[in-house]
Amino acid sequence: MSIWLLLLIPLIATTTITLITRRHKDLSSYISIGAVVLCFIISIKPILYFLRNPHAEPLEQSFTWLNIPGLYVEIGTLLDPLSVLMLFIVTFVGSLIHIYSRGYMHGDPGYSRFFACLSLFIFAMLGIVLANNFIQMFIFWELVGLASYLLIGYYFEKPSAADAAKKAFLVNRVGDFGFILGIFVIFYATGTFNFLAIEKQIEAGNVGDWTLLLAALLIFCGVVGKSAQFPLHVWLPDAMEGPTPVSALIHAATMVAAGVYLLARTAFLYHAAPPEAAMVVAYIGGFTALLAATIALAQSDIKRVIAYSTLASLGYMVMAMGVGGVSAGMLYLTTHAFFKALLFLAAGSVIHALHTNDIWKMGGLYRKMKITGSTFGIGALAMIGVFPFSGFFAKDEILVATLASGNYVLFIGGIITAFLIAIFMSKLVFVTFFGEERYEGHPHESPPVMTVPLIILAFFAAVSGFVALPGLEPNFSTYIDGHVEGGEGGHFVAILSTLVVLAGILVAWLIYQRGFVRAEVIANHCHPLYRVLENRFYIDDFYDRVIVERIYNGIGRAFNFTEIHIIIGFFVNGSAFITREIGKALRLLTTGRLQEYALLMVGGVVILLFFFIFG
Amino acid sequence: MEGFPVLSAIILSPLIAVLILLFVREERVDLIRGIAVVSTSITLILSLYLLFAYDTTKGGFQFEERIEWVRSLGITYHLGVDGISIAMVVLTAFVIFTGVFVSWVGITHRIKEHYIFLLLLVAGVFGVFTSLDLLFFYLFYELAVIPMYPLIGIWGSANRQYATMKLTLYLSFGAVFALLGILSIYFTAGQITGKYTFDLLEINKVIFPSRLYQIVVFLPLLFGFGVLTPVAPFHSWSPIGHAAAPSAVSMLHAGVLMKLGAYGIIRIAMWLLPEGAQFWMPVVAILCLINIFYGGLVAMTRKDMKFMIGYSSSSHMGYVLLGMASLNYVSMNGAVLLMFAHGIMTALAFALIGFVYDQAHTRMTYDFSGLAHRMPFIAVAFAVMGFASAGLPGLANFVSELLIFVGSFKVYPLQAVVAVFGIIVTATYMLRAIRNVFFCELMEEWKHLKDATTFVERLPYVVLIAVLLIVGFYPSILVDVINTGVVPLIDKINGVTQVAGG
Repeated sequence: MSIWLLLLIPLIATTTITLITRRHKDLSSYISIGAVVLCFIISIKPILYFLRNPHAEPLEQSFTWLNIPGLYVEIGTLLDPLSVLMLFIVTFVGSLIHIYSRGYMHGDPGYSRFFACLSLFIFAMLGIVLANNFIQMFIFWELVGLASYLLIGYYFEKPSAADAAKKAFLVNRVGDFGFILGIFVIFYATGTFNFLAIEKQIEAGNVGDWTLLLAALLIFCGVVGKSAQFPLHVWLPDAMEGPTPVSALIHAATMVAAGVYLLARTAFLYHAAPPEAAMVVAYIGGFTALLAATIALAQSDIKRVIAYSTLASLGYMVMAMGVGGVSAGMLYLTTHAFFKALLFLAAGSVIHALHTNDIWKMGGLYRKMKITGSTFGIGALAMIGVFPFSGFFAKDEILVATLASGNYVLFIGGIITAFLIAIFMSKLVFVTFFGEERYEGHPHESPPVMTVPLIILAFFAAVSGFVALPGLEPNFSTYIDGHVEGGEGGHFVAILSTLVVLAGILVAWLIYQRGFVRAEVIANHCHPLYRVLENRFYIDDFYDRVIVERIYNGIGRAFNFTEIHIIIGFFVNGSAFITREIGKALRLLTTGRLQEYALLMVGGVVILLFFFIFG
Repeated sequence: MEGFPVLSAIILSPLIAVLILLFVREERVDLIRGIAVVSTSITLILSLYLLFAYDTTKGGFQFEERIEWVRSLGITYHLGVDGISIAMVVLTAFVIFTGVFVSWVGITHRIKEHYIFLLLLVAGVFGVFTSLDLLFFYLFYELAVIPMYPLIGIWGSANRQYATMKLTLYLSFGAVFALLGILSIYFTAGQITGKYTFDLLEINKVIFPSRLYQIVVFLPLLFGFGVLTPVAPFHSWSPIGHAAAPSAVSMLHAGVLMKLGAYGIIRIAMWLLPEGAQFWMPVVAILCLINIFYGGLVAMTRKDMKFMIGYSSSSHMGYVLLGMASLNYVSMNGAVLLMFAHGIMTALAFALIGFVYDQAHTRMTYDFSGLAHRMPFIAVAFAVMGFASAGLPGLANFVSELLIFVGSFKVYPLQAVVAVFGIIVTATYMLRAIRNVFFCELMEEWKHLKDATTFVERLPYVVLIAVLLIVGFYPSILVDVINTGVVPLIDKINGVTQVAGG
């Protein structure tokens, strides 16, 4: 029973705030924070259960939601190591971000609305995590989209925020278009939406290869939308229009991870499908990572840089899933949740102090904000993947899995991505916290309600990688994969990646710290390339100007023209016109002169007589 | 309530209110409104009673009432409801109940006549949904259509003469074809059995031997009712009719009247002429693409919000048609549920647009900006409506669209894919409208606008949103009932295939 509380509590919290307590800001925030913390406490029991029993059978409960002949839909919960791991991430990181938000959003006029949306998000996200079937997954998947729409558009008076919210929802919808069709394909192949039942059917070989391939690729569309993979990655950087805790919670730590979680949940599908499906996944992931890391080099908004780093991370995770490294991807997801939430919240702390996002208007902040600065540093080191920070282990596992799968192109791409990430993350640290002070005003450290979550997250960002320490038994992958992965080539990858990221840090240090080469000089020297990067390879422009404006709206306008001028103007009004003209013509007969009517009558009689007599 | 004629009471409640209203003085506005509220409350309560008292284990037609009318011609006043009609009756009851409150706020001149026509119209609608006699069905159908003429002509907005003339002509034109079909069925069935009757249940037992006959007679029925549904390309009366009508009339028009057409196709054409359905529904499955795709994209270009919702309605009725055309349990359940959900959602839409229009005197999305600052309640309600329309889970439309997609995916994969794409289009224009009207900075000229604050102002929105949410979260409340009506219908249609195929 207590598992259902995980869904009920946040739902009750969001409704209570919306309907009853919205005028009482503090009370609303306490309800929301209380709800997510309570969820965390409830999750501890299943977490401990699976921690003690790594090979325990999944626990499933469900009730009927809709039952008509030909369609049975349930709402249920599925607990296994994978879902309890996600429970832990969502409720734990979620709790910290809720608490942090109390400080960050202080004095905001929409305080209660903000917390209502956060609770709605937790509700939706937990629904995804617990889902035992595809329809439920889709339902909560869409609700997560709603929560994200509301939170990105939180400052709805800003046109940029209003646009970003709309864009996020619609781009996700494009992905979901494929997702739901994929669900239908699976449903017609197996007759059920239930994950475990589908898995059984597929293992029994009841589903054909082409069907599996089609389903796998279509379902992946949903992942491409939600986890912001190329070519649907464009919404994520814009989503930074939302308040910073939202960026931390939704667009870094949890929501975007839902796509990766879906891949892990349906790993059996990609495993059974022809290898092309998994290859598509892996290459899309690898390409997204590289693309994002390249674009990040030329961005100067602190949140945008972190947003692109998120894209790169998501690319890594998806690539891991594609090459079959489910536990590697989930490990990255876990550590990423900590260090990315940390990076965003620390960035939020900076923004809170300076009221700007531009890193060139910061600098030397470490002296004023020791806690923020050092925790941000830890987050950056974890993101870059320096030993022994958590990101190192996660990235290492992914690269090992990629190498082991024999995809050398992807492996090299992954190494280059790691190099680029090292450059722009170090740049962020150097330019923001060190060097000359370019800011205005008097920044000071944020209050404890914000810094304490930072410290806790920093701790996890630093050490959480050790759960996957090779040789540990049971190890992280014991829970996720059911066995410990063999570490073929582990040392080679570890050394190579460490060298590469150290080189990246060195490059950033030379440019941005020592001024060995001025950043402007590079920018001027590579002007066209820099412009291309700054404009994100013009992908957004292409979508806006060609796909949406020319094609999408263009077809709409053509149809509207048809509607107004051809259907209504010609056919409808034309037939009305003809009727009217005929009426006018016939009216001439109705002269009102009795003699003429009599004449016509006599004429008729004569004609009839003629027929009767001679006919 | 054993023996109490619930269905007659539902039809008579608005009619009695009309009679009383005739004797009330024009100036006694509160009394007039009170009478309308009381009579529609009664219908709402009775309709909900139907929903909960209907025995789903027994199925079939229940709450039957039968009074001989003209024995020689086989005309009986025969009422009864199955799962499909109950959903429609409940829908109508909600729309008119909330519509009365919307008119309370929005209609300021000739209030008495307005309510008289409104209640007449709705009595006709209830009659159609509960009649089991073809002639009464047709009479009620006309009763529902005719009051639209004065309602739009007198209380309408821009271009109302053109709109109301076009609407009335289209619908009367369609009705004539439907009548032809009905009469043909009456005479043919009479010839076969030797007993002439308009009783639907009696005719239902008749097996029309000739496949050709079924195919030929299905067409006028499909066309006649299809014009009202509206089946593209005979839809152009509908958006302009919505646009010109006052709020409550638009609500009934899009919420309920369009469903009369689809209901007519289901109840008369498909049910009585199963082989005709087998033949013609594939054609409908093609035409519905025009509705869905073309209608949706036209809606996307429209800046007048009422036109936008108008084209959106014809787009969404395309989903209903697709659900009907797929001829299986799941899709048919979806079609009926979408008729319900879309009725509620679109009533909400027109009520909201009317609320803004009555104050601002414009409905163009580009005229507005940042209304959410002044009207947070209306903004939230509009967003709920928009998301419902775009098929967001948690709201009734999602469930119905899901059923239609699942049901049609196997039969008409292309149509299903286009239909799924259609929800992206819906989301596009809804979110654009929300962004342009309610988001961004508030403009100086709209600082005088007022939010819905009083009980009367808020009630209709709260009720409609609550219905969308309840059905969205707990769809079985309706689907279990609808399904009892769908199963025998689909069995009858598909039973024919087996015979023909085997």
